[in-house]
Amino acid sequence: MLIIPCPHCGPRPELEFRYGGQAHIARPVDPSPLSDEEWASFLYSRDNERGIHAERWRHIHGCARFFNVVRDTTTDQILASYKTGEFRPEAV
Amino acid sequence: MERFSGLSLLRHALGGHQGWKPFWREPEPKAEYDAVIVGGGGHGMGAAYYLAKEHGLRNIAVLDKGWLGGGNTGRNTTIIRSNYLFPESAALYDHALKIWETLSQDLNYNTMFSPRGVLMLAHTVHDVQVFKRHVFANQAAGVDNEWLTAEECKAYCPALNISQNIRYPVVGGALQRRGGTARHDAVVWGYARAADAMGVDIIQNCAVTGIRRDASGAVEGVETERGFIRTKKVGVSAAGNTSVVMSMAGLRMPLESFPLQALVSEPVKPDFPCVVMSNTIHAYISQSDKGEMVIGAGTDAYTSYTQRGGLHIASHTLDAICELVPMYRRLRMLRNWGGIVDTTPDRSPIISKTPVKGLYVNCGWGTGGFKATPGSANLFAHTIAKDEPHPINAPFSLDRFVTGRFIDEAAAAAVAH
Ligand SMILES: Cc1cc2nc3c(=O)[nH]c(=O)nc-3n(C[C@H](O)[C@H](O)[C@H](O)COP(=O)(O)OP(=O)(O)OC[C@H]3O[C@@H](n4cnc5c(N)ncnc54)[C@H](O)[C@@H]3O)c2cc1C
Ligand SMILES: [Zn+2]
Repeated sequence: MLIIPCPHCGPRPELEFRYGGQAHIARPVDPSPLSDEEWASFLYSRDNERGIHAERWRHIHGCARFFNVVRDTTTDQILASYKTGEFRPEAV
Repeated sequence: MERFSGLSLLRHALGGHQGWKPFWREPEPKAEYDAVIVGGGGHGMGAAYYLAKEHGLRNIAVLDKGWLGGGNTGRNTTIIRSNYLFPESAALYDHALKIWETLSQDLNYNTMFSPRGVLMLAHTVHDVQVFKRHVFANQAAGVDNEWLTAEECKAYCPALNISQNIRYPVVGGALQRRGGTARHDAVVWGYARAADAMGVDIIQNCAVTGIRRDASGAVEGVETERGFIRTKKVGVSAAGNTSVVMSMAGLRMPLESFPLQALVSEPVKPDFPCVVMSNTIHAYISQSDKGEMVIGAGTDAYTSYTQRGGLHIASHTLDAICELVPMYRRLRMLRNWGGIVDTTPDRSPIISKTPVKGLYVNCGWGTGGFKATPGSANLFAHTIAKDEPHPINAPFSLDRFVTGRFIDEAAAAAVAH
């Protein structure tokens, strides 16, 4: 089980959280001029990174807030966690 | 290729079993092939077999970064069934099931296909409604599936606990009698042996590290750990690593890769006559011919390539198994492992051409692609050889995520093997 560091509450067991998928995918501000390909890409295409991956988690059984984690998907080691709205840390 | 038979077994027995030959060659990669398959699981190896057998393409190679069948093919719980809800899915999986029925004869290799019946348990009113809808849809589509009461479930699988005072009592089940299991390794070995005999080069321990494209964007060949191999057609069948391979051609896929686990018990005498699955309490179980209880658990919540998975996921499944069959509390578990499954947004697979000329992909089988192995391989070979999909796999195209023509088994079946 992962121990996930919530930036608001500290390290907690994975069971307190829900996974939210790849982080930093911004919803297009004005979807109407997008092509079907661009819209499908926003909705469904993912990097599915084998390596360093920035992802969202939500502390549903705690503070209930979304935040971001950087994790190595080849080891499951968590390298950083940071609040929603902050930039992904440079070093990882 | 040496034909296996009772007689050949006897002849080898008289020779003290010293005369058996390796099933396939270990050739050096050639500089150029007419087609290259990336991934030597059942799907990739099978595609090479059908390319050679049905489409006359014999100057082809299968490249695998590890050993043959070392991916999900060798890690899965081997449940085979075709009772999916939508007509497109039922047609696809039933195409595979029909090939399973004669595959051992076709390959002259015992794949140990065992149509012992797959029973899916219902525990709630919602399950009953959904399963009955599946049963009726399947029957209308000519695919066998029938509704059993709890007592009929118990008669079919006597080990089951159908008492009504457990947390999720069994209230009935959907049974596909033609479903069952097969020996996972035998499938890929059987395909490999038969494909090799037709001239297909099987190259293990040879990861593809790049896909080279010419000025027009078309595929020119693959970079590998053992050098560049020129080819105009590349078929990617890399399961959990599909996103990684496709990114080598600049494509971003509608896929996410998750660990999925299984475990086996110590071997015991025959006790469990069929396959039982329960989506609601998340447990899958059958008994192998060696006597082990083969148990499938769930996926982890997060994407990963670690091929292990969290222990709490497996123990959750054991909770369910021990409630369904209380005497299995005393079984010891022997081994637990994980594989990486690639899932699509609608939980249906992709067998398709791609926007890159000469690049084809077979992926997205997620937690349930073993059952489809021969059908998928057969249709993927067709798609590569003809440069267009077969009518059965045409709906399973990559561009359905753009057109919105989903085959939404995710909504219909949630997770299931
Ligand atoms: C625990 C578990 C239980 C399952 N249970 C069932 C079940 O009961 N029923 C069912 O129908 N399905 C089940 N599945 C799903 C099923 O195993 C898969 O859908 C199916 O086996 C996929 O076959 P494949 O040939 O596409 O993939 P694989 O067998 O994974 O083959 C892909 C191959 O690609 C190779 N590869 C990857 N990257 C590269 C590269 N860069 N270069 C060269 N080679 C590469 C890998 O080494 C691998 O051998 C289960 C899966 C798991 C993990
Ligand atoms: Zn928190």
